[in-house]
Amino acid sequence: MLQLSGIKKRFGTIQVLHGVDLEVNAGEVHALLGENGAGKSTLMKILTGILQPSAGSILIEGQERQFANYDEAIAAGIGIVFQEFSLIPYLDAVENMFLARELRTRFGLLDRKAMRKRAEDILARLEVDVPLDVPIRKLSVAEQQFVEIAKALSLNARILVLDEPTATLTPSEVEHLFKVMRELRRQGVAIIFISHHLEEIFEICDRITVLRDGEYVGDCLVSETDNDRLVEMMVGRRIENSFPEKPSIPQDAPVLLNCQAVQLRRGGPVSDFVLREGEILGFAGLVGSGRTETALALLGAYPAAKCALQVEGEDIRFREPADALARGIGLLPESRKEQGLITSFSILQNISINNYGKYRRGHWFLDLQKERADTETAMQQVRVKAQGPMDRVDTLSGGNQQKVVIARWLNHQMKVLIFDEPTRGIDVGAKAEIYQLMRAFTAQGYAIIMISSELPEVIGMSDRVCVFRQGGIVATVEGTAITSEDIMTHATTGRVRHVA
Amino acid sequence: MSHNTTTAEAGRAGRAFNLRRILHSPLALPLIGLIVVSILMGFASENFFSVSNIMNVLRQVSIVGILAVGMTFVILTGGIDLSVGAVMALSGTLAAGLMVNMAMPGWVGLLAGLGVGVSLGLFNGAMVAWGRMPAIIVTLATMGIARGLGLLYSGGYPISGIPSWISWFGIGRIGIVPVPVIAMVVIYALAWVLLQRTAFGRHVYAIGGNELAAKLSGVKTQFIKLTVYGISGLTSAFAALILTGRLMSGQPNAGVGFELDAIAAVVLGGTAIAGGRGLILGTLIGAVLLGILNNGLNLMGINPYLQDVIKGLIILLAIYIGREW
Ligand SMILES: Nc1ncnc2c1ncn2[C@@H]1O[C@H](COP(=O)(O)OP(=O)(O)OP(=O)(O)O)[C@@H](O)[C@H]1O
Ligand SMILES: [Mg+2]
Repeated sequence: MLQLSGIKKRFGTIQVLHGVDLEVNAGEVHALLGENGAGKSTLMKILTGILQPSAGSILIEGQERQFANYDEAIAAGIGIVFQEFSLIPYLDAVENMFLARELRTRFGLLDRKAMRKRAEDILARLEVDVPLDVPIRKLSVAEQQFVEIAKALSLNARILVLDEPTATLTPSEVEHLFKVMRELRRQGVAIIFISHHLEEIFEICDRITVLRDGEYVGDCLVSETDNDRLVEMMVGRRIENSFPEKPSIPQDAPVLLNCQAVQLRRGGPVSDFVLREGEILGFAGLVGSGRTETALALLGAYPAAKCALQVEGEDIRFREPADALARGIGLLPESRKEQGLITSFSILQNISINNYGKYRRGHWFLDLQKERADTETAMQQVRVKAQGPMDRVDTLSGGNQQKVVIARWLNHQMKVLIFDEPTRGIDVGAKAEIYQLMRAFTAQGYAIIMISSELPEVIGMSDRVCVFRQGGIVATVEGTAITSEDIMTHATTGRVRHVA
Repeated sequence: MSHNTTTAEAGRAGRAFNLRRILHSPLALPLIGLIVVSILMGFASENFFSVSNIMNVLRQVSIVGILAVGMTFVILTGGIDLSVGAVMALSGTLAAGLMVNMAMPGWVGLLAGLGVGVSLGLFNGAMVAWGRMPAIIVTLATMGIARGLGLLYSGGYPISGIPSWISWFGIGRIGIVPVPVIAMVVIYALAWVLLQRTAFGRHVYAIGGNELAAKLSGVKTQFIKLTVYGISGLTSAFAALILTGRLMSGQPNAGVGFELDAIAAVVLGGTAIAGGRGLILGTLIGAVLLGILNNGLNLMGINPYLQDVIKGLIILLAIYIGREW
């Protein structure tokens, strides 16, 4: 159905794709695998006409095609859901789906009824239920994603590209997405699926193509391969198991952060927890259960109804994250594009943004040499793949952008780090490195709060886990009690404590 | 691909394509524009390239040029300051009023003028940063307030009779260089240091690039915003000082529409109107470019109404050419 061959792409002097082949059949879910920066997203942008290849050909049903832009690809039946979403936050689902292709009445006015009907039909075909009357930004990430898929299908896509769709979903939402994908497969749609979660590949995909550093490594049937072999194809070496050993943390380790009461909304549940030196405290729960808001409230970045906090025994209420930073508390936010990166800045400027205290010369001025040297070290530590520290971050692959945000905290003398979904969109090899890094931090006496929707990660990394539900902590589990059954039970049925 | 080897490769490639790098600098287009317009003006009027005319152009540019410095800071954070012209007028009028009506020494009046500028700037900043109101609305209101206060205080008439030494700021010279030109150059140099060599400057760019990310990573976004509007108030007051010296009076009606010239200078200089990208040197080039257009069109004796049309078209053209970055 679809055949890409010998696709090459260069950006300026950088060769990103060196002749990649990809063949996808109708009614098949085809996985595209590779490390961060391997060129997956770039290849998909070429397929969808967003980028032009430097060489190579695209055949659809045996016919050679060239797309000058995205619209032409859409017309040829190709749809894509981007790694970074492209919905308009203030419009509702129907308006988003028909953006720029609005249906009109005879009088040239918007035909809202017809559009709504079409949207309902498509969503029904996907068997999903999405509120159609509220602005998109009020929907959950999963719901937004279904809207994206529906948008692609409303254009009669026969080839659907999903670039890391599961990175931001909870397990049950992923299940739902897979159901939708199976339904589409049954209807004969060819799906190209990108993900760094290998277990998902085995669950949903039929065939796999692997890229490494912009080279085509090979393709195979899912039924004929296994986890280790895939990893080796992707990274060119074997990777030992990713979670480092958990240290034993003394019961009397000093308390760095004592959150006595945090209440997100007036009348809502009140939570409390402590964070000890050297530990990783997991925040588990479903998306929307209040984990991120709680973390932001601690830093003064979310207007909580109540937030009684002690830092090293001293009562404090932070007014803004800068105050928290001054006390050694830092945040790795969950959405790198909206909350983490200054996209028009270079890697260097992004890493040193909150750390100029270290690069002072004559008190007022920046020490540019030291800044550059430290940045290069930090980049090597997390292995950012880029030409150099002056590259703009928006030219990096998604995973490498995430590494830049993490690298920001390497140069600091911090006490508490809050990592919100730290490995979202990060490949297997780099994930293991980030886990090692987190343990290296705690070995230095830092404490980490890790918010994660990936259960294996929560279980593999946390010394203790606070489980959230409906805006508050419903349970805290420790040691051998940290199991996926336990956490899921609390997360779905735990009782929240209300205080008058 | 290891990080080190690729850096080296990029370095080599960079040297090989040096010309390309220059052309890719955000200053390239404003500079080319400046050169092209200068040459055209040189052909059109033989006096154009004389030293006295060049000094004259720079002197004329200095007031809008100085206003544009503060405007650059504000625009880089993603804001805008429509009040600069009115604040300049109020600052000059009050300074003159204190000297003439209250018989205060000249330096007290000048300091008061600076104080007025900075205060109004900080007021704008506080409203934008803590009041969370859109800059365009806040500064539009301040523009009206400042203009109204100046007219109220002066009854709408210029206030003259200020100490004669104040004229030095407007028409004095050091060697052959007019004092306002020196002031402008010094202010640009200071602004360059602030923006390019201090943490404050980086934070200004960061807020324009992505305010939420800057805030969450620990940048004091509200404080920085307060400061940039304060700087804009300060540069307005400096401009007022030069204006007062040149006219030897406080002029409550001065500077109408100067905010638009200042914005034009910033944008002609390649600064993104949405913030986050731009260089202060570009603003200087933009201001001089505007000044040359004014001067050249005057020398050519073109109808002043037509001049406005031509300037508008040239600004559109320049921004159209430069729109990609
Ligand atoms: N506009 C650009 N200019 C320069 N280099 C670019 C540009 N876009 C992408 N690249 C480079 O191309 C390479 C491949 O990027 P791509 O986004 O395709 O990776 P990816 O396989 O999708 O990775 P990830 O899993 O992290 O999303 C990266 O090294 C990236 O830095
Ligand atoms: Mg990608």
